[in-house]
Amino acid sequence: MKISRGVSWFALAAAVVLTVFPFYWMIRTALTPAADLFRDSTGLWPDNPTLINFARVLGLVGAEEARAAGGSGAQINFLRYTMNSLIYSGLIAVVQTFCCAMAGYAFARLRFPGRDLAFGVIVAALMVPPIFTLLPNFVLVKQLEILNTIPGLVLPSLLMTPFAVFFLRQFFLSIPRDVEEAATLEGIGKWGMFWKIVLPMSRGPLITIGLTTVVWSWKDYLWPLLVGKAESTRVLTVGLGVFLQQSPNRAPDWTGLMAGSVLSVLPVLLLLVFLGKRLVQSMNFSGMK
Amino acid sequence: MHAVETRLDQPAGLRGRERRRRDDRLVGWLFLLPVIVGFIVFYAYPTVRGVWYSFTDYSLLNDPSFVGGENYRELVGDEQFWNSLKVTASYVVVNIVSQTVVALGLAALMHRLTRSVVLRATLLVPWLVPNVTIGLLWAWLLDPDLGFVNHLLGLAGIDATLSFTSPAWAMPLVALVNSWAYTGYTALLLYAGMLQIPQHLYEGAAIDGAGEVRMFRSITLPLLRPILALVLVVSLIGSFQIFDTVAVVYGGKPPIPEARVIYYYIYQQAFTYFHMGYAAAVAMVLVVILGVLTTVQMRMLRASRSDLG
Repeated sequence: MKISRGVSWFALAAAVVLTVFPFYWMIRTALTPAADLFRDSTGLWPDNPTLINFARVLGLVGAEEARAAGGSGAQINFLRYTMNSLIYSGLIAVVQTFCCAMAGYAFARLRFPGRDLAFGVIVAALMVPPIFTLLPNFVLVKQLEILNTIPGLVLPSLLMTPFAVFFLRQFFLSIPRDVEEAATLEGIGKWGMFWKIVLPMSRGPLITIGLTTVVWSWKDYLWPLLVGKAESTRVLTVGLGVFLQQSPNRAPDWTGLMAGSVLSVLPVLLLLVFLGKRLVQSMNFSGMK
Repeated sequence: MHAVETRLDQPAGLRGRERRRRDDRLVGWLFLLPVIVGFIVFYAYPTVRGVWYSFTDYSLLNDPSFVGGENYRELVGDEQFWNSLKVTASYVVVNIVSQTVVALGLAALMHRLTRSVVLRATLLVPWLVPNVTIGLLWAWLLDPDLGFVNHLLGLAGIDATLSFTSPAWAMPLVALVNSWAYTGYTALLLYAGMLQIPQHLYEGAAIDGAGEVRMFRSITLPLLRPILALVLVVSLIGSFQIFDTVAVVYGGKPPIPEARVIYYYIYQQAFTYFHMGYAAAVAMVLVVILGVLTTVQMRMLRASRSDLG
């Protein structure tokens, strides 16, 4: 049996269209005035394109004007939610990657009693689904009285995930020892070795795991929903959920929701544009979670 | 330089080695310190606490009081719990099968046709987007009145409305939406695996007159098996944890029973009804299911690996 190249390319093209079109539709809807939506919901381009939906979800127009443009009148501020999302995912990615790199290095290169046992226990935690620890962690954060604070939001994943420790240990095991041995002869300490020699050598994998962590925390919903629902700590995903619930008795405010959705896609899209080559090329089994 | 001199001063290598070992012990645990603290406080301690809660009556407001196996006994007779298991299982099957089959096809096409980074980056986009956004987007595309997909169905002359609120379609739709979001990512992983297959095998097969389908079946698929198995383990575990999409496509209201997956049921028990103890017991069941599945799949993975030598 033979499949012609034409059919194959067509299948790939279809996959691309199927991937991209829903996002196009998101933008198209975001650019449509809410009042037009009922009449104008099928054309490929809105009759009267507008940026008002973006302006109102970003809190740039007054309540009156927002209501007139189809909003529920409740205050919604995606600018703040975007900031919170950036803080949340940035903080976790940087600190977690650094701490896990230290641990991964110790597990791969240093010799001390209890090392393998400690590693085994951490890897075993990969088997525990997040929701199981989420319930008690919520109770803990509540008891510490840090609900609706940035520390409460980030602490559980700030220092480590078992996966990152595992991944970075495997990586450090795979790099040749020569450089480190040469550095030992120079009399450099363990910390100096890690900080001045090993870390700079490992930029690629560190960026890979850091990026993966950024993406996953950017997508987080359940934990920030439970712990940071207050306006001041609301991240984008939670903001979208709250926004959705604000119009319970009528049709959802689709044009506003799609404008908010575009905002939740934009930063990761920028990430892809600037670091896409690295992200895509480094994607092998390292990127999995 | 200084360190080298001191070492030369020492009579034998033994003392130096001894000192280094002692240094490692201190330095080693210092390197581990942040991770160990994070692990104990936010993984180990809550795991123990979670097990304890599952044997208690705990509403978040009172102190947990020990009730023995009461939660587990209740669970056995809880129809909503069994229903959520059933819904989750069929969700996982639809999601994993559709996602893996399409991803495998896409990966094979890319592998034989192009190395384009732009194409791969494009296919990765849905994976970068929060599930909440994906859910909202598809709730809009599948809106019964104004949704574009239903508009297309109408144009095609199909007299049916796809909607998350339809009992028959709810679960398959949620599964397909998530397949849409993760197929590109899965395809890229499989594609990376295919790149490790030596090119000359294909060249040889082409000389022997084998077609593409034949090559896929007798070269790509068997050599990809270990990686395919690994991808399956990881997507399966992820698939069981479906929550965000279901939480969003019903407008933030609880889903219809046909789409009430186990994660949502745990969430509901814990944070809507404040049955923290009961929720922990349901979560324990999930831990056991995932543990068994992972073990079985890992064993299969190991078996397939030794197969290939």
